[in-house]
Amino acid sequence: MAGGFVYNVIETPELSTSEIYGKTLADLAKEHKEIVAVTADLATSTKLQDFTNACPDRVFNVGIAEQNMLGVAAGMAKAGLVPFASTFSVFASLRAADQLHTDICYQNVNAKIIATHSGTSFGQAGSTHHAIVDLAVARSMPNLTVICPADGYETANAVRAAYENFGPYYIRINRGFDRVLYDNEDYGFEVGKAVEVHPGTDITVIACGSCVFQAREAAKFLESADGLKVRVLNMHTIKPIDKEAILKAVQDTRRIITVEDHSTLGGLGSAVAEVVVESGKGCAFKKLGHPDKFAPIGLHEDIMSIVGIDANGIIEAVREVMHKDFELDDNWDDEV
Amino acid sequence: MQRAPLTKEEWLALEKKANDLRHLCLQTTVWAGSGHIGGGMSVMDILTVLYHRYLNLKKEDPKWEDRDRFILSKGHAGIAYAPVLCDYGWNDPEQLKTFNLTNSKMGIHLDSNKVEGVDASTGSLGHGIPIAAGTAIAARVLGKDYTTYVVTGDGELDEGSNWEGLMTVRHYNLTNCITIVDRNHCMIDGNTEDVMKLEPLADKFTAFGFNTIVCDGNNIVELCKAIDAAHACTDKPTVIVADTVKGVGIKLTAGNYKWHYGAIDEEMAKTASQDLDDYSAERIARCGKEFE
Repeated sequence: MAGGFVYNVIETPELSTSEIYGKTLADLAKEHKEIVAVTADLATSTKLQDFTNACPDRVFNVGIAEQNMLGVAAGMAKAGLVPFASTFSVFASLRAADQLHTDICYQNVNAKIIATHSGTSFGQAGSTHHAIVDLAVARSMPNLTVICPADGYETANAVRAAYENFGPYYIRINRGFDRVLYDNEDYGFEVGKAVEVHPGTDITVIACGSCVFQAREAAKFLESADGLKVRVLNMHTIKPIDKEAILKAVQDTRRIITVEDHSTLGGLGSAVAEVVVESGKGCAFKKLGHPDKFAPIGLHEDIMSIVGIDANGIIEAVREVMHKDFELDDNWDDEV
Repeated sequence: MQRAPLTKEEWLALEKKANDLRHLCLQTTVWAGSGHIGGGMSVMDILTVLYHRYLNLKKEDPKWEDRDRFILSKGHAGIAYAPVLCDYGWNDPEQLKTFNLTNSKMGIHLDSNKVEGVDASTGSLGHGIPIAAGTAIAARVLGKDYTTYVVTGDGELDEGSNWEGLMTVRHYNLTNCITIVDRNHCMIDGNTEDVMKLEPLADKFTAFGFNTIVCDGNNIVELCKAIDAAHACTDKPTVIVADTVKGVGIKLTAGNYKWHYGAIDEEMAKTASQDLDDYSAERIARCGKEFE
C-alpha cells in the first residue's frame, strides 16, 4: 500500500508497534472526521496521545469497562462514526466477548478493535494479561476480519485497511518494542493475502505477528548452516485466511510449520491445518505455539524461547520436520 | 422530541393504539405458539408512546440519519416490538404470522439487519445502555440533535454492564439519551426482590447522578409527563423508572412472574382478548379524570 507514514531508520526502531498505530490513527483521524477513538482507561498504554493531541474532542475514555467500551463503539458505528476501540487483547476478546460477538460482529458494524499487548508480549504481567486464546475466539466470530501484524509498518497498513474497508476488524498488536520486519510500508500489504518474506522450496514456515521476524531469522540461518531453502509466509490476516498461499506451499514444499504467539488450539496453526486437511493433499505438518497450558511469567523474548517460537525453536522444528514426512504406509500404530 | 402537553384526543388515540398493539402482541404469541408475553405486555405502553408521540422518525425513510434512535435493551420483548414495527408500516404484518418459525425474519430477539426499524440487535441483556451511549455520543460528534431512547428491563439491571453504561451516560452528560426502565418486578425465576434485590432502585440512579423520575408505566398520561420532564431537564440525563405490571391486561398473566414466557392457544386467547378490552376500558375510565 503506497503512501502513509515514512519513518527514518534512526527513528523506526524506537517506535513501538502500538506507537505507530497511534500515529497512523491520529493521521487518519485528521483527514476523516468520523473517526473516533474509544478506550477503557488505557489511552496511554494503547498510545492514543497523538490522537488526543490532534482531535481531543473525538477521544472517549469509558473507564475500566471493556464491555461498555465495545457497546459504546457499536452504538457509535451504528450512528455513522468509525470507532477504533482499543484495549488489551485479553480483555477485548474475553472480558468483552459477548459485546464483541453480539454488538460488533452480529450486527456487522463498522467498528475496529485494536487489541494490544497480545500473546505474551506483556509477559511479566502473567496469565491474567496474556492473550493466548484471543485468535481462537476472534476468528470464530462471523463477519470479523482478524489481522495480526508483524511489525509497526504492517500495523500502519492494517489500520489504514481497516478504515478503508467496511465491517468489524480485530487487529492484534503487541505491547510494542517489536523487532522490525519491513523497511517501510510499501511491500504490497493486502488484507487476506500472505506475504512471502523469505523464498524457499524445501519447507514453508507460516507465521504471524512477532513470530514472522523470528521465522525469517531462522530461514536465513538454515540457508547458510544447513543449505535449506525455507519459505517464510507472513500470514498477517488470520481471517479470511489465504488458502491459495497455503495450498501453494503444500504443493511446492510438502512440509509446513506454523508459528504463533498463541495457543496451538484454534489460532493460526489451526486455521492453516483446516485448509490443508480439507484440501486432501498430503503434507508434513507441525504447529508451534503455546501448548495447552498457561504461559510462564517473564520477558516476552524469554517466553518465546521457552515455548519454542523464537528463531532457535523454529530452526529445531524445521530440522525435525525435514526428517519427518507424511506417511504412505498402512501402519496406524505409530500415528498417535 | 419535546411535545406540547397531551390533549384528551391524543391520549385517547394512544390508549386505542396501545390496546390494538396489545391485541396484536397476543395474536403474535398465538401464531408463534409461545412467547415472552409477560414482558411484552408490560412494555407495550412505553413502546406506544415512543412510536406514536415522541420518536422523531420519517415513515417513508426508516434509515433517515437524523431520526431519533430507539434501543430495546430487553430484546426478549421482540414479540411486542415486532407488532409495533409492523403496525408502523415498516414491516409486512404478514411476517408476524411467521414469528419464531424457521427462516422467518422475526425471531424472539429482533435482528437489526433483518427487521426494518430496529436500531440495535439485542437479546443478551445489559447491552442496550452502552449502545445508546454510543449513539448519543455520535450525535454530539456529528452535530445532530436526535434523541436516543433506551428501554431496559428491571431484572436485566442485575447485569453490571448496564451500570458501566450509565456511568458513561452521566460522565459525558448525555442529556440526549433517555433511559426508561420497564419495572415490572418480575424475572424468570421469581420476583426481582426475591431473586436479586434492586431496591432502592430509583435512589441508585439518583446516586449515579441522574434526574430520576418514577411513574406508572402502564399509564399513558404519566408516561408522557415523565418523558416531557426528561426533555425539560437539560443539566443532567434522565432515567425513568416506569412501574409496570408484567403481563398487564390479561388476568391469566398479570403480575405473575411465571408468565415471563409461555404458550397461549386460541381458546386462551379469546378470554385474554376480552380481558384486554376490559382492561383498556377500565383504564380509560380511571385515567380520563386527568382531563376533566
